[in-house]
Amino acid sequence: MSTPMENSVDLLPEGPEIPHVTASRRHRREWVQTAKAAWALRRTKIGVGLFLVILAIALFGPLIAPYGPTEFVGKPYRMPSATAWLGTDNLGRDVLTRVLNGGRTVFSLSLTATAVGMAMGILLGMFAGYSRRSVDDFTMRALDIVMAFPHIVFVLLIVAALGPRPWLIALAVAIGHAPRVARVARGATLEIVGRDFILASEMLGTAKWRIMVTELFPNITSPMFVEFGLRLAYSIGTIAALSFLGFGLQPPAADWGLMINENRIGVAVQPYSVFVPVVMIALLTIAVSLIADGLARAIIGIDRRTGTE
Amino acid sequence: MSDVVLSVKGLRVELEASGADIDDEVEFTIHSGEVLGLVGESASGKTTAATALLVHQRRGAVVAGGEVVIKGRDILSLSPVELRKVRGGLASYVPQDPSMSLNPALRIGTQLREILEVHGFGASDAERAERIREMMAEVLLPGDRQFLRRYPHQLSGGQQQRVAVAMAFACRPSLIILDEPTTGLDVTTQAHVLRTVKDLARTYGVAALYVTHDLAVVANLADRIAVMYAGRLVEVGPRDALFRGAHHPYTRRLLASVPDLAGKYALRGIPGRAPLPGKRPPGCSFADRCDYTEPRCIEAFPPYEGPEEHRVRCWRWEEIARLSLQNDFVPRRACDASRGATGPVVSAKGVRAFYGTTEALHGVDLEVRPGCCVALVGESGSGKTTLARAIAGIHPGKVEGEIRLGDHELKRDARHRPKADRQAIQYIFQSPYGSLNPRRSIGQILEPPLRTFFDLSRSEKEDRMVEALEMVTLDGSLLGVYPDQLSGGERQRVAIARALVAKPTVLICDEVTSSLDVSVQASIVELLVKLIDETGVAMIFVTHHLPLVRTLAQEVTVMNVGEIVETGTVDAVLADPQAEYTRNLLADTPDVDRTPF
Repeated sequence: MSTPMENSVDLLPEGPEIPHVTASRRHRREWVQTAKAAWALRRTKIGVGLFLVILAIALFGPLIAPYGPTEFVGKPYRMPSATAWLGTDNLGRDVLTRVLNGGRTVFSLSLTATAVGMAMGILLGMFAGYSRRSVDDFTMRALDIVMAFPHIVFVLLIVAALGPRPWLIALAVAIGHAPRVARVARGATLEIVGRDFILASEMLGTAKWRIMVTELFPNITSPMFVEFGLRLAYSIGTIAALSFLGFGLQPPAADWGLMINENRIGVAVQPYSVFVPVVMIALLTIAVSLIADGLARAIIGIDRRTGTE
Repeated sequence: MSDVVLSVKGLRVELEASGADIDDEVEFTIHSGEVLGLVGESASGKTTAATALLVHQRRGAVVAGGEVVIKGRDILSLSPVELRKVRGGLASYVPQDPSMSLNPALRIGTQLREILEVHGFGASDAERAERIREMMAEVLLPGDRQFLRRYPHQLSGGQQQRVAVAMAFACRPSLIILDEPTTGLDVTTQAHVLRTVKDLARTYGVAALYVTHDLAVVANLADRIAVMYAGRLVEVGPRDALFRGAHHPYTRRLLASVPDLAGKYALRGIPGRAPLPGKRPPGCSFADRCDYTEPRCIEAFPPYEGPEEHRVRCWRWEEIARLSLQNDFVPRRACDASRGATGPVVSAKGVRAFYGTTEALHGVDLEVRPGCCVALVGESGSGKTTLARAIAGIHPGKVEGEIRLGDHELKRDARHRPKADRQAIQYIFQSPYGSLNPRRSIGQILEPPLRTFFDLSRSEKEDRMVEALEMVTLDGSLLGVYPDQLSGGERQRVAIARALVAKPTVLICDEVTSSLDVSVQASIVELLVKLIDETGVAMIFVTHHLPLVRTLAQEVTVMNVGEIVETGTVDAVLADPQAEYTRNLLADTPDVDRTPF
C-alpha cells in the first residue's frame, strides 16, 4: 500500500466529533513502553529474577552471614561441613560468609562505571551525530583512538599508573565504555536528526542544546536502555577481572573476584571456594544479558506470538 | 464476455493471533483480457486480498476460508510444490516497489532467464533467449545483450518496473496481479507503464487485477472496478457505471474526494475513519460515516445485491442509485478576484540553489500575494521543494539571488533571520509521521512556537493552542495526547495547527497531502481553502499532483529540472498550457471524469 499504514494503537474517529481522550502517562516515556513489552518475554522475567536474587545476596548477605568475613573458622581448604556450609578458604575463613560479603563492590563499582560511561557516551554521541560533518568526524576519530586499546588493557594502564583506588577503577572502566556507547548513541541520533520535526525546531530558531535535550534524547532512550544492559554485563566482567588481578579491593577484604584469585591454587582440594564466586559473577552477567536481550527484542519486536511487528 | 479466469468466493483472511478479519466475504470474477481495478484506502485490506489469491500472506495473517479458482484449479487446496508452479506460471504478481523486488546482485537478463527456466518455458536456451527479446520488446525496452547485462540499479524506476512487468508476463500467465505498481513513479513514467499493462492484457487475453488507492488510475485502465472498504467489497461494477452512478454511498463519497483537472466541484472529504480489523461492527462498517444510515444498517452487514454485473452491498442501494450524484458534489467557489491587489508578500528573484557544487535551481522567480495560493508543480527532481525550502530558509546548501518578505530581503538561513521573519513564514512538511516528534504530546508540540514568538502566560498559551486546534477542526482536549494516538489526517491537522499558532503571513505547504488517503486529502484541502478565506494568509502549495492545484490555488508555477516552465493563473494554465512540458504533463496525468448525471 502506498499510503503509510496507520500504526496507531488507539483508534479515534476523525473530524470534530472527537471524544475526550485523556493523556496517558505510558506515552510520556518511550522506555516505559519498551520495558513493558520486554517484561512480556520469559527471558526478561528470568533475568530480572536472577538479578534481584543476586542483588539481595550482595545487599543483605553481610547481615545473615554466620561469621565475620575475616574470622578464621577452621583449617584451610576444608570441604563443606556443618559449621562451614561451603567449606573454608585458603586461610581457613568461611567461604559462605565471604561470598555473602563479597558482592557489594562488584555491584556498586560496575553500576557506577556503567552509569558514568553511558552519560559520557550519550553526550558525545549525540553531540557528534547532531553536529555532523567536521565536528562529527573529529569526535569520532578521537574516540576511535581510545577504542584502539582493548577495554581491559586500557583500564589496567590507568589503574597500574595511578593506583588501585575504587573511584579510579570506576572512572577508568567508564572511560573505556564511553566511545562504544558514543557509537551507538551517534547511530541512533543520525536516524532521528534527519526527521522533519528536528528541522521544524531549527526553523523556529530553537537552541541546539535544547533540541538535543527535548527533541532528540527522548527518541533514543530505547537503544540506550539496551546498551546500558550490555555495558553493565561487560562492567561486571571487567571489574571482577580487575579484582582477580589484584587491582580491586585489597586483602583481607571479601570480594568475588579476589576470592577466585586467592583460592585458585587449592581448586582441586576445595573447589567451592573458587566455583561459588565464579558462579555468582556468571549468573549476574547472564541475568543482565538476559534483561538486555529482552529489551532489544522488545524494541525490534521479535516477539512473534502476539502477531505484532 | 469471454471465459472466466479467476473466480473468488467468500474469501476470508484473518489475523492468526486474534482471529480478527482483515478481509471477509470477498467475491469477484475476472474474465480473460479484462482488467479489474481493486480500489481501497490504506488499511482496507486490498493488498492482503490480492496476495491471498496466490496464497501468500504477510506474517501473522492466514487465509481462513473461501475459494479461489484460477482456470479451474482450486488454488487454496494445492500443495506447496504445486503452488510454486502456479506462482509465476499460471498467475504472476507485480509488487509495488521494483527496486525491492528485483535482486540487486543479479543482471536483469539472468533474472528474466531464471523465471523461464524455473517454469520450464521454452525447449532450449536459444528459444528462451528469443522469448526474453520478445518480452523486452513487449514492455518497450531494448532487448540487446548490453541492456540485459545491466544490474537493476543501472535502470530508472520506470525501467525497473517495466522489467518487473516483463517478468510477470514471461510465462504467458492467465492471471496477473499488479499491486500499485506505479506508486513511486512520475506521472509520465506511470502513463507508460499503465499503457504497457493494458496492451499486454488485451493482446494476450490475460486477466489482470490492478490494486490501487488511486481512483484516477483505474478510471483510465480498468474495465471493471471493485471498491473495498474495511476488508469487504462494497461495490463491484463496470467502470463507467461506477463513475457515472455509483450505488454505494462510500463509492460516491470517495469519488467526491478525488481531485479532477476540470475542477468544477470542490473536494469533499469523508469525516471519520474506517474501522480496523478486530474493531469492525456487526453491521455495515461504513454506517457511522454514512449520510443514509438507518437502523438495519447497524444491525447487519448487507449481502451482495443488484444485478450480476454490478453488485453492491448496501441496504438502500436502489434508493441511492436513483439519487443524482449531484447530492454528493458541492460546486467549487470561484476565486476572490479582489485579492492580490497589493504587492507581493513574498517574492523570489533569480534564485539559484546548490547541493554541494551542483546547481539544483537555475535562477527562478516567484511572487506570492496576500490571500493568494500559488501552486508549485513539478515532477520529482524539478526543484519545487528546493525553492520552497530556500524561501523558508532551510535549504541545506548555498542559495543565491534575492528572496524578499514584504519590503525587506530575507537572510538565507532561517536561524539567522530576525524573530519577526521566522514567525511570518511557516512551513508544513510532507509527512506528519516525520514532522511530529513521537515522544512529545500535542501540547508540547504546539508550545515551542508560542514560547519563541510571543510572551504569554501559561493559560494564554493554552487558549491559543486550543484555538489553533479548533481552527483545524480538532478538539482542544487533544493537547495531552501523543501523535501515535492520532490518524494520519489528524496528525497533519496538528502540523497545520503548529504553523497557525505562530500567526504567519505566509504558509508553505510541501506536498502536505501526498502521504494521506484521498478522502483525508480532500478534508485537508477543504481545511486549507477555509484557512485562506478566513485568515487571508498567503500560501505556497508544493505538489506533484496537477488536479489538486485546481481545487486550491489561484496561480500556478510549473517547474522542471530546476527551471520555471510556465507560470500564470490556474484556469489559464490548465485550460490552455503554453509550454510543451505542461501539455505533456497534463496529458499523462490520470484524471477522473467527474461529470455527474
